[in-house]
Amino acid sequence: MRRSVIGGAKRTTTTTCLFLLNHAHHRSLLPPLHHRLDSSSSSSSATALLLLLRRLSSSSSSASSPSPPNMPNPVSVQSINPKVLKCEYAVRGEIVILAQRLQEELKAKPGSLPFDEILYCNIGNPQSLGQLPITFFREVLALCDHPAILDKAEAQGLFSADSIKRAWQILDQIPGRATGAYSHSQGIKGLRDTIAAGIEARDGFPANPNDLFLTDGASPAVHMMMQLLIGSEKDGLLCPIPQYPLYSASIALHGGSLVPYYLDEETGWGLEVSELKKQLKEARSKGITVKALVVINPGNPTGQVLAEENQRAIVEFCKQEGLVLLADEVYQENVYVPEKKFHSFKKVARSMGYGDNDLCLVSFQSVSKGYHGECGKRGGYMEVTGFSPEVREQIYKLASVNLCSNISGQILASLVMSPPKVGDESYESYSAEKDGILKSLARRAKTLEDAFKSLEGITCNKAEGAMYLFPRIKLPEKAIKAAEAAKTAPDLFYCRRLLNATGVVVVPGSGFGQVPGTWHFRCTILPQEDKIPAIVSRLTAFHKSFMDEYRN
Amino acid sequence: MAPKGLDYEHLNENVKKVQYAVRGELYLRASELQKEGKKIIFTNVGNPHALGQKPLTFPRQVVALCQAPFLLDDPNVGLMFPADAIARAKHYLSLTSGGLGAYSDSRGIPGVRKEVADFLLRRDGYPSDPELIFLTDGASKGVMQILNTIIRGPNDGILVPVPQYPLYSAAISLFGGTLVPYYLEETANWGLDVNDLRNAVSQAQFKGITVRAMVIINPGNPTGQCLSEANLSEILRFCYQEGLVLLGDEVYQQNIYQDERPFISSKKVLMDMGPPYSKEVQLVSFHTVSKGYWGECGQRGGYFEMTNIPPKSVDEIYKVASIALSPNVPAQIFMGLMVNPLKPGDVSYEQFIRESKGILESLRKRARIMTDGFNSCRNVVCNFTEGAMYSFPQIRLPPKAIEAAKSAGKVPDVFYCLKLLEATGISTVPGSGFGQKEGVFHLRTTILPAEEDMPAIMESFKKFNDGFMEQYEDTRGYSRM
Repeated sequence: MRRSVIGGAKRTTTTTCLFLLNHAHHRSLLPPLHHRLDSSSSSSSATALLLLLRRLSSSSSSASSPSPPNMPNPVSVQSINPKVLKCEYAVRGEIVILAQRLQEELKAKPGSLPFDEILYCNIGNPQSLGQLPITFFREVLALCDHPAILDKAEAQGLFSADSIKRAWQILDQIPGRATGAYSHSQGIKGLRDTIAAGIEARDGFPANPNDLFLTDGASPAVHMMMQLLIGSEKDGLLCPIPQYPLYSASIALHGGSLVPYYLDEETGWGLEVSELKKQLKEARSKGITVKALVVINPGNPTGQVLAEENQRAIVEFCKQEGLVLLADEVYQENVYVPEKKFHSFKKVARSMGYGDNDLCLVSFQSVSKGYHGECGKRGGYMEVTGFSPEVREQIYKLASVNLCSNISGQILASLVMSPPKVGDESYESYSAEKDGILKSLARRAKTLEDAFKSLEGITCNKAEGAMYLFPRIKLPEKAIKAAEAAKTAPDLFYCRRLLNATGVVVVPGSGFGQVPGTWHFRCTILPQEDKIPAIVSRLTAFHKSFMDEYRN
Repeated sequence: MAPKGLDYEHLNENVKKVQYAVRGELYLRASELQKEGKKIIFTNVGNPHALGQKPLTFPRQVVALCQAPFLLDDPNVGLMFPADAIARAKHYLSLTSGGLGAYSDSRGIPGVRKEVADFLLRRDGYPSDPELIFLTDGASKGVMQILNTIIRGPNDGILVPVPQYPLYSAAISLFGGTLVPYYLEETANWGLDVNDLRNAVSQAQFKGITVRAMVIINPGNPTGQCLSEANLSEILRFCYQEGLVLLGDEVYQQNIYQDERPFISSKKVLMDMGPPYSKEVQLVSFHTVSKGYWGECGQRGGYFEMTNIPPKSVDEIYKVASIALSPNVPAQIFMGLMVNPLKPGDVSYEQFIRESKGILESLRKRARIMTDGFNSCRNVVCNFTEGAMYSFPQIRLPPKAIEAAKSAGKVPDVFYCLKLLEATGISTVPGSGFGQKEGVFHLRTTILPAEEDMPAIMESFKKFNDGFMEQYEDTRGYSRM
């Protein structure tokens, strides 16, 4: 099964699309013919002439009476970019749309459903579930948004002294202190200096502010790299399966090929270099030029934290094969087990003695994750190392088309990489908030993991890091048959039933990819702690009745 | 060594093709000079706050309170923030689920989209559906998203005005489509002739290109003209006949500097035309918080409104938006504040009006000073800036200057603009970055430098330009007008 990967993976991704997405999607499997009709008719010059004649005759009469359009509307599903039709993003797919509908129903008719609230465990969006922001960060952001109050004596009463000091520092790094101006397209230089210093402190190896590109969250940075790397469907990227669907969606949107490598569930979603080699070889034999390897560490949706030794092997592999290493490190602060530590790929590569000439490496970071969870701010950066100046110029150009990322997000990225230090006025409250959140996340992860493990037919990995659990469900034959009868993927069938019965929203494994024939779902560990017992009991009751209904 | 994934030769060709002059050679040279300590006047980007324009106070107060909601519980908050800012902050926080720190709906906060819809109803007199309004990280992101949805390959053409804002050319190359130019007529104050549009479409069709969309920028960037109602209805009729989606870039709708031709939206004209047009023509219009008297460029806030786009296509656009999770939330609040401003009687109303009027009136004066200044220079002719933020004078370069540029390996207008930069510190964008008729040269400046600096800037420009002309114009021959 694993052998037919390129085809097989395409199947995992495309078939899932079929199930996961909206109705519009079914058409995406048909339209090539329509498209060909559309565009080839105009490329044949005879037809072009005909069209022109038609146009001339229509335009002569057009002044007074409207003539009917002679072209199909350009923005119909039949005529839009097929790559748009092809891409899928399950984290906000069918289940979420259903959840939103149920929420409306609850609002309109309270008590009409077997639960009284929707619990969104589909997306890593902590503050929407009640997590509070880190006070110091928000104080600084508020002051930067409204610098007119910085001078006022009353500000001392409302804001901590070090937040005022930090706001001044930041404003002084912004040309003209103008937080309402477009910045340098890579981000404000002074903020990049701060971030570079933060990276250096984290890794013990130097970081260059000119290697940093600040972006509206990590996702646009990933898109930018895809744009750069993918020229056609012959260009491939090695991506983990299961993967965060940003990658599959972005690769589809840019018209490249996803070359899957499977994480090994048996060994806690281990990443084997032998598997990478095998898949690379197979892709190459099919004429695919594999350009990059995507590694998500800590893993999403799988929650594993890579061992340093494993990372070294991955670096070595990329160096030998000339692959760009795209390191999604947005969960670097989210590690919950004492025996694992986050190591950045840059640190690992540098400690192996590999510098800019040995490896092209991109590390993505975001303000949306970690203990701060500031998703709404859309802040993030990528650190690109090992790129030639010409390539760097191309990245800069891409960044400049969009002018710059939002300034509030840029400031927050600098704060996250340079939080209060021992001795600062806010240090104690800051670390209390941070530790409180991280410890609570670790407890929630453990509680949910134990709960899943206790259920019939469910096995569950340990959430070593990130924000998710990815339990595997052994679905009884009868349930699979019922799903087929309902023309639904079995895991989607389960998740939909779960939602309808309990209000708990999770994402079916097919949205992330999984070994064919296995079924999973992704559940965040983010609901507030006081909600967890209710979730566990609802889940347990639902699962029991589901199994009773379908057990062989 | 094995070839690497990011070797220049192996990059996406469409990326290499992209040109984006607003931040191109001139800008980079200006940044270098600035590092060397030279005083640079950046007039290359419509970036008002960078040139000293102060943000409007009220929206900043509201967003600061939303950033730090714990202030709302502080008994002393009233000492620093007016009651209406506090009330408004509470209002916006109540519209979010999780404040500024949570992803919103991928289309934007529903309550803010409702405020946009209400604004559109007031502006146009026609109802607008919040479900068809998507908030974005600035208008550029919206434009790119829509173009990405439309363009399938090199046989898909997009009609774009020339001169144009290079976002369009850049995005079209990036998505692998074909830009089909239509020329604005400089001698007719950058007017738009529908017959030229027909020609452009037929010519494209002979080359096997299906034109699928048309872009208008109203008020014009870089050309500053305001389209008349009659012109807009001609355009819409044309789009109807050709089955084109109209992309209406209306980000400068607050920036109007004359009274004869106020801004009128494509949507209003379309609705006024009635059926079949109002039911058939597909229209996407774009707006932003970066322009107007707001000038909040750094926030990256914007929206687009879709008209007559089939629901299934809207679903697809929603899906692609969802991959980026959500636009940034602080900018969504700015957008809410922009479309739902203070009303007479609110505590902060007078200050708000004073600030916004002050900015607009000053921009109007600056537009005049600049146009007059350019027109007083040797071999420079310039249309009045009716709207937007730019002046786009034509520079009639003498043949000798064109030769000198060639031997320096530069495009003539780039050559001129570089010399201007070195001599005066004024950083402009050469007309070639926007497109212009062959043999005709322009530059774009913003009208944004502070009003009090304006006379000195124009004087320094005149001194440079007239000296340049003196140096290169021995034969008194002009480049073609």
